[in-house]
Amino acid sequence: MIRFEHVTVTYADAPAPTLRDVDLAIAPGELCLVVGRTGSGKSTLLGAVNGLVPHFTGGTLLGRVTVDGRDTRTHPPRELADVVGVVSQDPLAGCVTDTVEEELAYGMEQLALTPQVMRKRVEETLDLLGLAELRDRPLHQLSGGQQQRVAIGAVLTSHPRVLVLDEPTSALDPTGAEDVLAAISRLVDDLGVTVLIAEHRLERVVQHADRVVHLPGDGTVVAGDPRTVLARTSIAPPVLQLGLVSGWEPLPLTVREARRQVADLQQRLGSLTPPAAVPAATSPPTPVLRARGVTVRHGAVVAVGSVDLDLFSGEVAALMGRNGSGKSSLLWALQGSGRRDGGKVTVAGQDPRGLRPAAARALVSLVPQTPSDLLYLDTVADELRTADDEAQAPPGSARRLLDQLTTGIADEHHPRDLSEGQQLALVLAIQLAAAPGVVLLDEPTRGLDHMAKQELAAALQRLSADGAAVLLATHDVEFVAAAAHRVVVMAAGDVVADGPTDEVIVASPIFAPQVAKILAPAPWLTVDQVRDALRTSGGEVAADPWQGMPLAVDGGGRS
Amino acid sequence: MTSARRLPRIVHPLAWWGWALGLVVAASRTTNPLLLAMILAVVGLVVLARGTDAPWARAFPTYLALGLTVIGLRVLFRIVLGGDPGPGEHILFTLPTVPLPGWMAGVSLGGSVSLEGVLAAVYDGMRLATLLCCIGAANALANPKRALRVLPGALYELGVAVTVGVTLVPQLVESVHRVRRARRLRGDVRTGRHAVRSTAMPVLHDALARSFLLAAAMDSRGYGRRGEASRAARRAVTACMVIGLLGLCAGSYGMLDASVPALLGFPTLLAGVVVSVVGLALGGRNVVRSRYRPDPWLSPEWITVLCGALAAAAVIATGRLDLSALDPSVYPPVWPTLPPLATVGLLLAALPAVATPPPPQPRSAAPRVRAATVPTSPPRKALVA
Repeated sequence: MIRFEHVTVTYADAPAPTLRDVDLAIAPGELCLVVGRTGSGKSTLLGAVNGLVPHFTGGTLLGRVTVDGRDTRTHPPRELADVVGVVSQDPLAGCVTDTVEEELAYGMEQLALTPQVMRKRVEETLDLLGLAELRDRPLHQLSGGQQQRVAIGAVLTSHPRVLVLDEPTSALDPTGAEDVLAAISRLVDDLGVTVLIAEHRLERVVQHADRVVHLPGDGTVVAGDPRTVLARTSIAPPVLQLGLVSGWEPLPLTVREARRQVADLQQRLGSLTPPAAVPAATSPPTPVLRARGVTVRHGAVVAVGSVDLDLFSGEVAALMGRNGSGKSSLLWALQGSGRRDGGKVTVAGQDPRGLRPAAARALVSLVPQTPSDLLYLDTVADELRTADDEAQAPPGSARRLLDQLTTGIADEHHPRDLSEGQQLALVLAIQLAAAPGVVLLDEPTRGLDHMAKQELAAALQRLSADGAAVLLATHDVEFVAAAAHRVVVMAAGDVVADGPTDEVIVASPIFAPQVAKILAPAPWLTVDQVRDALRTSGGEVAADPWQGMPLAVDGGGRS
Repeated sequence: MTSARRLPRIVHPLAWWGWALGLVVAASRTTNPLLLAMILAVVGLVVLARGTDAPWARAFPTYLALGLTVIGLRVLFRIVLGGDPGPGEHILFTLPTVPLPGWMAGVSLGGSVSLEGVLAAVYDGMRLATLLCCIGAANALANPKRALRVLPGALYELGVAVTVGVTLVPQLVESVHRVRRARRLRGDVRTGRHAVRSTAMPVLHDALARSFLLAAAMDSRGYGRRGEASRAARRAVTACMVIGLLGLCAGSYGMLDASVPALLGFPTLLAGVVVSVVGLALGGRNVVRSRYRPDPWLSPEWITVLCGALAAAAVIATGRLDLSALDPSVYPPVWPTLPPLATVGLLLAALPAVATPPPPQPRSAAPRVRAATVPTSPPRKALVA
């Protein structure tokens, strides 16, 4: 169905080709998962399928890409619209019309289908994706998961044989992501659509994949069975890692497969207590931020309803909840520069709200959902120097902080050219220059790849060890399990659960990480915990997959 | 038959524009405050009766506010720069005069302010405000994107540009808001050139990424497919559209301003319409597209356009019969009267409020969460990773 023959893609000004001599054939009806680090060429590979690369992006493409026999050299994206449907990461960014029904019809209008066919296909698609209730609704009023399903439906109505999805779930809460992935897998099962999907969070999508295409980052491509390909990389989902650690055969890809083999592991772990997933603070935690009755309204909607919250030094807390449950509003209200209609926040005896912005950020610092909003200068060095000035910190402090967070960001880089993880690190360094006692982060894990998440977890760890209180809003349950001491769950503007990570998320059907689902009811959260416990108990640990890994696939193993 | 026609549906956007243009013509021909107030009332009534809750429909209050500002500014300028009142005018109050250098002869700052001068300013401002509100009403009643669909497919680039523009402008406002908020997080409250730069950079970058994504999405979904018209055909279409639009503009100007030669009015407008239609037909021939649930043009549409045209005709005819009824004297000020013919015409223009089918209501009650309150974040990356 899709054929790459000796494809090499080089962008203008790029030192090396993004894709190098790629040969790949994807059979009809296959669900193919594309994995790899940010910048490894995933988007280029996906864009090449319908000719957006190079027709729209520029650059040169050597070799041949054919889809259903049509060469993308001679067929620009619009001439492939009846064969390939493309869904992007941000569903609203690709919406051309205003309402669900019109959006579903737009592609068919361009294909000049008759009104009767259009009416029929719109109804079928509404049912297929469970959107019938929403047909008249304006797109901007839908939740993220609903918007993404509309975006998928909008390309499905043209009956494409190939569906290309670039990180379709990265902005969604766990439930929304499940809905979208279930819809996609149903398309493959029922309609035989060929799907090419890129994802960072493999744990929820790998079970649906027939094949994994891994881009190690040097422009080449490794394709094959999910188990074999992923077992050799550092980005394997937790369930597969657990299988490797316990030496299961065959390796499990789903929680269900793992449960069938879990008896022996449970026996070995039986008497052991899990070590802390996240090292606890050395000094006893003291409250540094005290919020009482914080209320935020947006018009008639109460976004945050009288929330009480304490944040402690040396503690990383995660704020979880559906899209629209008030997480962002709460963070902004705590920082002091967001809207707050009631309640009181005290940090070091002061309310950050009444202070000048410069003084408020020295108490409570917030990294917004779009870190790049804070960047406006031409080089990293300029940004860091300005940050020192703004924070009245000694010259070089921001640079030192940045070097602690990550490596490889040179002074002369343009901030806009950095990857998502690097931008986040840069903004975090800028914000930390003021040495705040409380650090808030709004969805920092969005769009981060596996390595960037590990770096972030380590950075948060260091911050809290130095005595700061950290609160981050996120949907990423695996990240929370590995990085947070405490979890606060919000729903409809209220705090509905607040406690140590293992207590809050182990029993939750939505927020439990894979390891917890497999080993429940015992409170194990991460593979690292299991591996450490087995090791210290003198038990046998199956060959550590990251020991002597043949091809340092991701440019470095696990730390 | 009747019941089918009364079912809730969307009235053709061009019908609303035709109706609004009729009222624009009417408003532009008069400074009679009673007539202008009537036009405002008619427009407000129809928007209330047939407007929806869609984002574009909520713009009408903005147009009203803009109209009030226009009146206020007009009066303010008149008071400050009014010049000396003529003999016999009623002086309301006197401001101190600021002497101006000799080369600014003819302009005076301050001085006496007369009732007549202020009245003239109010009438004039009211006319402009009414024009604005008529345009605002058309915007509120007709979805701009549906109206855009009449663009011929051959105008590929124009279509992409206009769609991207219509979609992105509201998002741009939101971006500015979001970035300004984020700047405070850095403790940065400086203003002036620095603030412009630190806001503009992220916002423009954001807008660029968004427009790129939207254009790519439109292309991927087949927009402009089989639009491979020959170069000559494309040029012919573009030429027709440009000339037609020029004709439309010149013609509308002629219709709105009673003082220009008659030839520049209706004949030019008609020629513009004809050339534009030829251009649209030529362009549409090359691109094969179809319409999902096309908006039908039935009797309510005819009634709507006709009501607008009748209102314009009635006001123009009144002007022919008795010009003083349309432009009541302010020197000396007389109480304006309602000319019967124009009044009837304008009352007719309110007919669409009941003669058109009501707009469809969303079937499911939409929980209005997050609308415009939580800023959506921009795309995290452009297509090139």
